[in-house]
Amino acid sequence: MSNHEHHENTAHKPVKRSGMSRRQFLSYTLGGAGAFMAAGMSLPMIRFAVDPILKKKAGGTWIKVVEENKITNDPQEFKFNIHQVDGWYVSDPELSAWISKDSSGNFFALSPVCKHLGCTISWNTEKNNEYVCPCHNAHYTKDGKNLTVAPKPLDEYELKIDKGWVYLGPIKANTRV
Amino acid sequence: MLKGVYNWIDERLDITPMWRDVADHEVPEHVNPAHHFSAFVYCFGGLTFFITVIQILSGMFLTMYFVPDIINAYKSVDYLQHKVAFGGIVRGMHHWGASLVIVMMFLHTLRVFFTGSYKAPREMNWVVGMLIFFIMLGLGFTGYLLPWDNKAYFATKVGIQIAESVPYIGVYIKELMQGGEIVGAETLTRFFAIHVFFLPGALLALLAAHFFMIRKQGISGPL
Repeated sequence: MSNHEHHENTAHKPVKRSGMSRRQFLSYTLGGAGAFMAAGMSLPMIRFAVDPILKKKAGGTWIKVVEENKITNDPQEFKFNIHQVDGWYVSDPELSAWISKDSSGNFFALSPVCKHLGCTISWNTEKNNEYVCPCHNAHYTKDGKNLTVAPKPLDEYELKIDKGWVYLGPIKANTRV
Repeated sequence: MLKGVYNWIDERLDITPMWRDVADHEVPEHVNPAHHFSAFVYCFGGLTFFITVIQILSGMFLTMYFVPDIINAYKSVDYLQHKVAFGGIVRGMHHWGASLVIVMMFLHTLRVFFTGSYKAPREMNWVVGMLIFFIMLGLGFTGYLLPWDNKAYFATKVGIQIAESVPYIGVYIKELMQGGEIVGAETLTRFFAIHVFFLPGALLALLAAHFFMIRKQGISGPL
């Protein structure tokens, strides 16, 4: 034992060991083992709880809604079903969109959900060529621009035309105003 | 007979000092409504606790019938309310008690505020009390969704939209609360778990700290 000789020479002084003491070593070991066990217990549970934000989102799919030639300059409401997976429940709820053409012939589809408090708007109910919300009298232009009450313009659906049919995609913020 | 059982246990475990320590303590004159009627304001903390106990008990019994599932939640609440004996009473206790807890807690907070009882050395107890306040709000928010009716659905939708308005991390808070992209099946199970396990657990721990501190520091002096 190298410590033995050393000990005789320094009989009057406390022993000086290099590195860590036995007590320190033990508390690090215990602390490390404890931390490892605590992490082994809590990591699976935390990952389990936050799974919804880390799960890959199902990419937006295009839904065939209506023939191109049915769309007029006046907005009309069209219903369509989306495929919805809610955990262990699979369903096909119905959505609706107000689709119209602008003066240069571009198609666009607006969401019927009022940006004030989420009621359902409709077109021209007051005969003034505006979208009107029955709940708090919010008004929007044909492009969805908010005129009264609502803080934001109506949301828009992604839209594409393919072989004479109008397809709608996910909802996005209004790009027309 | 009861006395005999008590003595038999006390001989072996010496339990008398334990409950003495918890229950046997002086109530100062200025907080005793028998001396000054206006001292009833000092009862609100205890009343909050009393109603909290009712909430915990009635909630435990409600879970005997309730199913946290979007197809069955409303039906099970409807069943326990209308078909089970005393269902309206037990659910009523939980329903009205939820509001009463908030009222009592608010009055208790006002008493503590206006008697200046939050001042040194009791600052930590004020902070713990505020944490209890937020836990109670959380319990109210998560419990509101569980009957899964229109009011519950839209209240939660609005509540989650408010949480979503937090800058930068709002979207993540929203998805974490919803447990998915919509308020749906996973939101209901999540809110149920938070309502019956997570928040009550936190609440009991904070209440223990609250009561430990008030016993350690004593009731604040008269005005």
